[in-house]
Amino acid sequence: MGTITIDPVTRLEGHATIDIFLDDAGSVQNAYLQVPELRGFESFCVGRPAEDMPNLTSRICGVCPEAHHMAATKALDALFGVDPPPTAKKLRELFYSIFFVTDHTTHFYALGGPDFVMGPDAPPAKRNILGVIEKVGMEVAGRVLNMRKVGHGLIQAIGGRRVHPNWGLPGGVSKGIDEKLRQEIELRGEEAIEFARFSLGLFDDIVLGNERYVELVKSEGYTHRTYDMGTVDAHDKVNFYDGQIRVVGPSGKQLCKYEPADYRDHIAEHVESWSYLKFPYLRAVGWRGFVDGAESGVYKATPLSRLNASAGMATPRAQVEYERLYETLGGRPVHSTLATHWARLVELLYAAERWVELARDPEITGKDWRKLPTATPREGVGSVEAPRGTLTHHYRTDERGILTHVNLIVGTTNNNAPINLSIKKAAQAVIEKGRPVTEPLLNMVEMAFRAYDPCFACATHSLPGRMPLVVNLRSPDGAILSTLSRQ
Amino acid sequence: MNAETKPKLALYWAASCGGCEIAVLAIDERILEVAGAFDVVFWPCVMDGKVADIEAMEDGSIAVCLFNGGIRTSEQEYMARLLRAKAKVLVAFGACAQDGSIPGLANLLDRDTIFRQNYVESPSVDNPESTLPTATTTVAEGELHLPAFYDTLRTLAQTVDVDYFLPGCPPEADRIWDALSAILAGDLPPAGSVIGARTTVCEECPRTRHEKKVKEFKRTWQVIPDAETCLLEQGLVCCGIATRAGCGARCPSVNSPCIGCYGANDGVQDFGARMMTALASIIDSNDPREVQRIIATGIPDPVGTFYRFSLANSFLRRSRRPVAAGAAAGAATRGED
Repeated sequence: MGTITIDPVTRLEGHATIDIFLDDAGSVQNAYLQVPELRGFESFCVGRPAEDMPNLTSRICGVCPEAHHMAATKALDALFGVDPPPTAKKLRELFYSIFFVTDHTTHFYALGGPDFVMGPDAPPAKRNILGVIEKVGMEVAGRVLNMRKVGHGLIQAIGGRRVHPNWGLPGGVSKGIDEKLRQEIELRGEEAIEFARFSLGLFDDIVLGNERYVELVKSEGYTHRTYDMGTVDAHDKVNFYDGQIRVVGPSGKQLCKYEPADYRDHIAEHVESWSYLKFPYLRAVGWRGFVDGAESGVYKATPLSRLNASAGMATPRAQVEYERLYETLGGRPVHSTLATHWARLVELLYAAERWVELARDPEITGKDWRKLPTATPREGVGSVEAPRGTLTHHYRTDERGILTHVNLIVGTTNNNAPINLSIKKAAQAVIEKGRPVTEPLLNMVEMAFRAYDPCFACATHSLPGRMPLVVNLRSPDGAILSTLSRQ
Repeated sequence: MNAETKPKLALYWAASCGGCEIAVLAIDERILEVAGAFDVVFWPCVMDGKVADIEAMEDGSIAVCLFNGGIRTSEQEYMARLLRAKAKVLVAFGACAQDGSIPGLANLLDRDTIFRQNYVESPSVDNPESTLPTATTTVAEGELHLPAFYDTLRTLAQTVDVDYFLPGCPPEADRIWDALSAILAGDLPPAGSVIGARTTVCEECPRTRHEKKVKEFKRTWQVIPDAETCLLEQGLVCCGIATRAGCGARCPSVNSPCIGCYGANDGVQDFGARMMTALASIIDSNDPREVQRIIATGIPDPVGTFYRFSLANSFLRRSRRPVAAGAAAGAATRGED
């Protein structure tokens, strides 16, 4: 029975499909996450003027357009050989910090958080933002919606639009901020710090205060000992906007630290015929298949990875939370996938603190926000930390600045192999021979990949964490034993 | 009103980035009014729902469907046909559904070229066997399947009949609210219309305008424009002159030229042709060779500049034959010679 008829549910809702194969004994043999679409930005951007890239590539993802806009803008700096003035760099990092607060808020409360806030056994109808509102109350819900509204409003005030800003240029940005806007940004940033601290408190109450959740976080089914990647500053502290890429091994030992422009010396991409999404791995270690450990080049690039790959946070309150996370979970590095949610909140606090630091910087209202390039464009790499992992844009052009080559390694793609690993391991942990596969079990498998906040919009077009999911259980001959969808 | 009597609303995405979904959420607290007035029966991004439930509905039983994204796969085409049948009013929501938008630039290439470049030639790929994604893969445990993709991205209206168009990449929240209010009030323009303004971005742009005479077009990285004067007069290729209003001229407000995401104004069939006519009329020269030089220097990628958001819905639609990517810009313009 080699041929599988894809029923309408799978065919139509299966923007990402998980296939779980069982052996003769009824135990999980293997699991595959398939990503079924490609849009071809790397190809059709060739022939375009390089300066269009911040606007073209922001359309890769309408959820995190700011990340692509910023990586593209930095790639243009390198391409045109121009170093932006300090005010420009600070404005970009300020804008990017506001974006991080907005994006991490969305994930924690609307996408990944419901798993914890509502609990893995809650019925699917309750495991969403509305269920969260019901449980935590309207007052909290109001704060969450307001945080998102404030963030998007400031992104528009600075970059032109709420979705798909039009602001980044080689050598700087198209417009600065005045004192009135600066005051508003500072005020809202102080609220953002309070909001982040409140969110960490909520995590304490709901998750850390519940022994069962803590056990789940620490359980072997959600643990992968892989390499971790993140961008760090000169003191090895986490940075979202700029720095070197640091990779540490499963024991926490540094494997390498490199300039983003050298990414090809360190990263290679593996191709499988059953997915449109490639599988990056560490070149120095090599591709050993879908396995973890120090011998396998599989690495993660998530909020938890960034913390694992760093020596700490560059702001005081976030540093305290960083230390508390590692004290609670047994020291650095932590390999519990579900601890990624906690790490995301530590980053939320860091982004809010950095937002206020930059809003108070005397240079932030400076008039020198652009420097015109004079060199002939040739080649450039730009990199930022996207909320979902290290994002790399690499361009080559002719002497007119017309693109001849584009290569992109996007946030979620870094985590393609680890997500596959996580799903297999979670499936093996929860699906047992002879026991019926139920909705809560399906949710336990889903939780394994939702921790990554996978944004397949960056590779395809589905929204993070909300992608319709279909799980097929298959016998050794390939026949579908049962199909479960999210409802 | 209870769910039985409320009009039913569906929202769906196809080949798009998710920005339209974020734009709908950006109407903020007014989303509660939408939830109060409509019975939202299908919105995969926000709520769980099954296609089977939609298939089981009677034709025409959904009052309004807002459909974003272009049509690239058989799955997306199936959903477009299904929702067309079930919805009384089908709205092409956003630039991708209306004009193909930026993913439509892939029509300059074909599927095989995109595959080869992405999976074999890319400098970070390590793929000595030249493995490509295939419809069926046999793995140790069984078979895995992937959907196949069309060579050409099509707009929604090239696939099914569309009643209304809501432009923008993405549509601005206030314009979304205007459209939803018009639907709720039953105050809709004739079928086939664009719901939106009938002027251009220039009309809502606060910059000062004079007689336009341009000796030279400049790329955005070559000049720091002044904050008051029309950007086109300063030699930047601002698409506001051909682009439908509705955004509030947001990009020019941060010193960036309009990139044309709201598409063509009423009465214009081909956005790029309109742009070219408009620019031709302001070039300050009567010498054909000088005009040629001005265009070649300042606008080195005409197809990407004039058809950035609308290639799939233009007279060109796509390149006629597969072309090497490096020659794509020129070849696409030649494609319909």
